Amino acid sequence: MTLSRPAQLILRLIAALYVIALLVVPLGAILWRALAPGVGDFFASISTPAAQSALQLSLLVVAIVVPLNVIFGVPTAIVLARRKFRGKNALQAAIDLPFAVSPVVIGVALIVLWGSAGLFGFVQNSWGLKIIFGFPGIVLASLFVTIPFVIREVEPVLHEVGTDQEEAAATLGANWWQTFWRITLPSIRWGLTYGVVLTVARTLGEFGAVLMVSSNLPGQSQTLTLLVHDRYTLGNPYGAYTISVVLMAVALIVLVAQIVFDAQRSRVKTED
Amino acid sequence: MPSVPKTVTARTSTKRASALTALALSTTLLAACAGGASDVVGEGNVADADTTLTLVAYAVPEPGWSKIAPAFAGTEEGKGVGVTASYGASGDQSRGVESGKPADVVNFSVEPDITRLVKAGLVDEDWNAGAQKGVPFGSVVTFAVREGNPKDIRDWNDLLKPGVEVITPSPLSSGSAKWNLLAPYAAKSNGGRDHAAGIAYVQELVSQHVKLRPGSGREATDVFRQGTGDVLLAYENEALHYDLEHVNPPQTFKIENPVAVVNTSKHLDKATEFVNFQYTPEAQKVWAEAGFRPVDPAIAEEFAEKFPAPEKLWTVTDLGGWSKVDPQLFDKDNGEITKIYKQATG
Amino acid sequence: MTTQADAYAVRRSPRRPGGATLQVGVAVLWLSLIVLLPLAAIVWTSAEGGWGAFWSAVTSPSALASFRVTLTISIGVTLVNVVFGLLIAWVLVRDEFPLKRVVDAIIDLPFALPTIVASLVLLSLYGPGSPVGIHIQHTAWGVALALAFVTLPFVVRAVQPVLLELDREVEEAAASLGANNLTIFLRVILPALAPALLSGAGLAFSRAIGEFGSIVLIGGAIPGETEVSSQWIRTLIENDDRVGAAAISIVLLLISFVVLFILRYFGARAAKREESAR
Repeated sequence: MTLSRPAQLILRLIAALYVIALLVVPLGAILWRALAPGVGDFFASISTPAAQSALQLSLLVVAIVVPLNVIFGVPTAIVLARRKFRGKNALQAAIDLPFAVSPVVIGVALIVLWGSAGLFGFVQNSWGLKIIFGFPGIVLASLFVTIPFVIREVEPVLHEVGTDQEEAAATLGANWWQTFWRITLPSIRWGLTYGVVLTVARTLGEFGAVLMVSSNLPGQSQTLTLLVHDRYTLGNPYGAYTISVVLMAVALIVLVAQIVFDAQRSRVKTED
Repeated sequence: MPSVPKTVTARTSTKRASALTALALSTTLLAACAGGASDVVGEGNVADADTTLTLVAYAVPEPGWSKIAPAFAGTEEGKGVGVTASYGASGDQSRGVESGKPADVVNFSVEPDITRLVKAGLVDEDWNAGAQKGVPFGSVVTFAVREGNPKDIRDWNDLLKPGVEVITPSPLSSGSAKWNLLAPYAAKSNGGRDHAAGIAYVQELVSQHVKLRPGSGREATDVFRQGTGDVLLAYENEALHYDLEHVNPPQTFKIENPVAVVNTSKHLDKATEFVNFQYTPEAQKVWAEAGFRPVDPAIAEEFAEKFPAPEKLWTVTDLGGWSKVDPQLFDKDNGEITKIYKQATG
Repeated sequence: MTTQADAYAVRRSPRRPGGATLQVGVAVLWLSLIVLLPLAAIVWTSAEGGWGAFWSAVTSPSALASFRVTLTISIGVTLVNVVFGLLIAWVLVRDEFPLKRVVDAIIDLPFALPTIVASLVLLSLYGPGSPVGIHIQHTAWGVALALAFVTLPFVVRAVQPVLLELDREVEEAAASLGANNLTIFLRVILPALAPALLSGAGLAFSRAIGEFGSIVLIGGAIPGETEVSSQWIRTLIENDDRVGAAAISIVLLLISFVVLFILRYFGARAAKREESAR
């Protein structure tokens, strides 16, 4: 179906206007508001002690969530891509669950499970280990929302790559660890990397669930997103804009990574 | 032909290894930078405290605490003590501490929020045995109005004029809300003697003139300042802090905000010193300057102009004390005012 | 040597003995601990007070008002984003213009941006102090805008690959038979895209009804007007009403699952019809 020139232009215009009004202009507004007072002010605002603590906390959570997701996610992806087993469909559906659950509901779920009045309340009451209002709660909330990413990015790559190389390695005498480390892992490295990038971005950006399970004390239990919220509600909108720009930079890195990853995948496809 | 290009894997592994090292280095560098509780630009790592007390407070006393903390740090007992504060709706904060939210000192809007912690064993029973009964500062219920007071709101009956929208928070989470509703209740029921009249007023006020349900006193102030509503029921200290035009009704209520030490604190002695500090003339002056009515009579005298005495000031004692009115009016399920509120706003 | 090679060839790909069960077991355990157990705890807690408590929590005036607000705004936003999503996907696939790659990448920004930043971003432009004079904070339009922002990518990304794979020959055949553009669009293209549109719509709707971070600053939580169910759930949990919060959460989850299921079903049927039509 070929559209007439005017129709084509009108469609382009509408699409452009929608994207500009909804995405481009608001983002530009934040950038402007954060940077207009000057780069010096910007850096001062993102380097207050509370901001530094927030950055450290967010990065610490990432440092735990990413390895866990890789260690458990890659084998899960392998078993989903390569094996048939009973209940496979149920497992697939369960992996997609986090996409359908509201962040507030995640917070509620963790509170009714690990809170002092919750089903596993004995962990806090008898063992003294605080999950809610403690660091583990933030980690659990972040794990909930990031579980699908590594799995969902690695699995299709495994499908595409196939088992030829692995089987060849078997005939050449490699054991399962050698095959995994030398063949499987390199073959999925782009999918894995992108999955990790998504995990990092999502962890840094999680707000609703963390808001509910954290004690939100500046300098102790505030992540970057909680700091943004706090600064805005306590009457420091400029401070909120500056941290937002930092988080936006992370989002941009994700987008760039996606472009690179897509290019890589199409290159691999054409190479075959 | 499947081959395992060793050179490629080696190259990618070294590339990945160097990338990981770079990441690890930068992360350790970042971690080495000190963090802290202060969110003030330019403070940096100057004031490194030996002890940090965690204060869990209700929504509005930040203007006071932010000045008290450095004042305390300037004293002999307070040297090297920093304060991290968390502000939020009084009821929510109290329930949070009960559920495990870390705290060394608590400062809530209403006494029942402290009593909850006494029952949970987190605050000693004798917390209010002192001369000032555990209350170092307070306020009164005031009407914050629009500039020029266009709807001419001066007294409780003016709130019931048709078309007047009243902003007040939800008593299920906010301490401010309880004060805001106790004030007209006391006024209309003549100190609780005519219970029905008091309830009737609250009923009409809440069902006809209250549409929103802000969670805390501070949120209510924010909503009002952003343009919604004709009058905000608030602490006098909120109106002073935000320079809002306000009118003290002739009959209003004495707000008393308690402070207590959490007995599971790891810094029990410093926390106790901090709480005791609030009653010293120096601290009382800081509170008064921040807009909170001091309890020290000498300081109160000094600031008499800033804090005019209302014609009639009702207190919780007049109504029989919190142990009577809190369950009767504000119980979560059966409180009379709670029920009115739930019916009106859901 | 030959016999050895044969022996190796006969042996299956290198896997640890009994590996499958262990791997599946570990995967299930991991998912259970992180995802399934907390969700099960919600189901359990919502039933703690019996059917009566569940029902009264779900039918309280605030809960019903929040459902009404949530569903109306979410449905509206989903429909709008279906139309615009299709349009944008069309332009991205069938059109060529400078900076197309950039636009294509930008579409995913709402996926990557923290929701609280999205709220701030929209507020700075369409809230108080707006440089363009549009002030929709504390209105349903503000909430709708925020939801449109975060759900934009779903339909676009669902439709794009299908549009890419679409067989132009059918369109050309229809054109040669004298059909005009509108007919081609309605009779050939739209049915082919229907499954993807429905799938994208389902994901967008599911995301919209649970959205919290992006509306928390711009919405204002006005009961009956801008307070959505996720905010009401938060209020309930702060007021220590765990059973009520769990009950409303269950309702949200159910709505999500039912809608996703229905749309998947119709999508699968549409896909089958397309295939048999070929």
